[in-house]
Amino acid sequence: MEAVVQADALRKTFGTFTAVDGISFSARRGECFGILGPNGAGKTSTIRMIYGFSPLSGGSLHVLGQDVTSRRQLRKVKYRIGVCQQDNNLDPELSILQNLEVFASYFDVPRPEPRPDATARALDLLKFIALENRRDTPIPELSGGLMRRVVLARALINEPDLLILDEPTTGLDPQSRHQIWERLEGLRARSISILLTTHYMEEASRLCDRLIIVDHGKILVEGRPQDLIREHAGRDIIEISEPGEELRTFLRERNLRYDDLGHRLLIYCDERDQLYREVSGRYCRDGCTLRTATLEDVFLKLTGRELRE
Amino acid sequence: MFVISSRFLRIWQRNFAVYRKTWKVSFMPPLLEPLLYLAAFGLGMSTLVGEVSWRNRSASYIVFIAPALLSVNMMYNSFFETTYGSYVRMYYQKTFDAMLATPLFLEEIITGEIIWGATKSVIASSIMLFIISLFGLIRYPEGLLLVPLSFLAGLAFASIGMYFTAVVRNIDLFNLPIFLFITPMFLFGGTFFPLDTLPGWAQALAWLLPLTHLVEITRAIAIGPLDGFALWNLLYLALFSALFFPLALVKMRKRLIK
Repeated sequence: MEAVVQADALRKTFGTFTAVDGISFSARRGECFGILGPNGAGKTSTIRMIYGFSPLSGGSLHVLGQDVTSRRQLRKVKYRIGVCQQDNNLDPELSILQNLEVFASYFDVPRPEPRPDATARALDLLKFIALENRRDTPIPELSGGLMRRVVLARALINEPDLLILDEPTTGLDPQSRHQIWERLEGLRARSISILLTTHYMEEASRLCDRLIIVDHGKILVEGRPQDLIREHAGRDIIEISEPGEELRTFLRERNLRYDDLGHRLLIYCDERDQLYREVSGRYCRDGCTLRTATLEDVFLKLTGRELRE
Repeated sequence: MFVISSRFLRIWQRNFAVYRKTWKVSFMPPLLEPLLYLAAFGLGMSTLVGEVSWRNRSASYIVFIAPALLSVNMMYNSFFETTYGSYVRMYYQKTFDAMLATPLFLEEIITGEIIWGATKSVIASSIMLFIISLFGLIRYPEGLLLVPLSFLAGLAFASIGMYFTAVVRNIDLFNLPIFLFITPMFLFGGTFFPLDTLPGWAQALAWLLPLTHLVEITRAIAIGPLDGFALWNLLYLALFSALFFPLALVKMRKRLIK
């Protein structure tokens, strides 16, 4: 299958600091590909190289079949991608509709398209983000969630072949986040290729066909969310609060996979009910839950639980 | 080395679209401020000063300073646009970041900003020119040359303004170029008194500054005589732009492309 993004030994360094340390991956046409990682893992640095904001420090990078280190080819790429950056960097003096129209003018493609087309497209997008009744609203009057939707619509103004989303829902309330997700699912249904960075695991499981988890500029794992969960966290997880010494001894004797967090203990298991009954009956003092393993378990297991700046 | 296509016009159009929305607020200060100066110095001071001699001609004080205030207006409107205006767009609104995720390259964005700064000089000085012309302070048809001149002057001051925007660490530090560069020019650039009243070394210093040359041409156009000397002034302004325009591009690239 054709790759929309093909990175080979991609590197980005800032002085002595290595943000992206030789990563290779390929995102295919029509899929939603996720780049996950803790803060400072190199997600944004990677994505900035992909949309031509940052020059490469090493390796090679092809986007939509074009080599982005060539200015001429990069320009072609820039015409065919839509980027939703982390900041809500809309033009505050302009209305919603004008924001979209101004952006459309930056993409002034050499197709024979008169200006009214830009407006028509902008109006279509306003319908898509359910803001068609507020086309003349000034940007500062919008909530964070609505601004995000406008930024998303703006990224679609050139009908991109590849949509790049850098933490699209960071800082949003749950309602707004679900609104964005519904829109993105709508786009997936139209099989637009999407590249997404996030540190919300729910978002990644819901949207991504495949993903990589990166940390310290390196890829830790790559795969489908469900495969990664099965492989790294098992099917289920038993969570025990305030575990006692007896439980720890029991787990060691049975040679089970677990994570000891002091006040909490996670047991990764596949034979759910039997083990749960045994553990909860014999060792549960404070609280004991059985739940399905999630991508978050995989993420924390692989990237550790220490705080990142 | 620099990739600059006509796409920089998109930036100009974007800024013009914003200007059309805010012009009622944004065009008053650049218009009123020089007019206030003109009233205060021209009317108030002219009784004290009387006639001023300039290039062996004698002119009333208000006629003498009107072209200078027009020059100052060109300088202010372009310089402040690419300092405070561009800095807010670059740093606070992250407008440049958004533009960089489109087909535009940084050089085109910065070029668009500088050309827009020069345009602000044209807009402000044309309005002022119209008004002071009503008082008979400018001779015509020579006076029409002031419009293209305001673009060239705007280019020079917008370029150096953009250079400062690329190198200051925060927006408060614009005070430095204003106190060390803009204000001295405003006071000593042959604006309020003829340069030859200054000691020789101060005159030499003044001739290093772009506003001195701009005032010189503006006055030559407005009052006369418009001779070959104006070409040297023009050349200076053109060279000044030719130096600071690429310098601004280089420094901006250093600041933003990471």
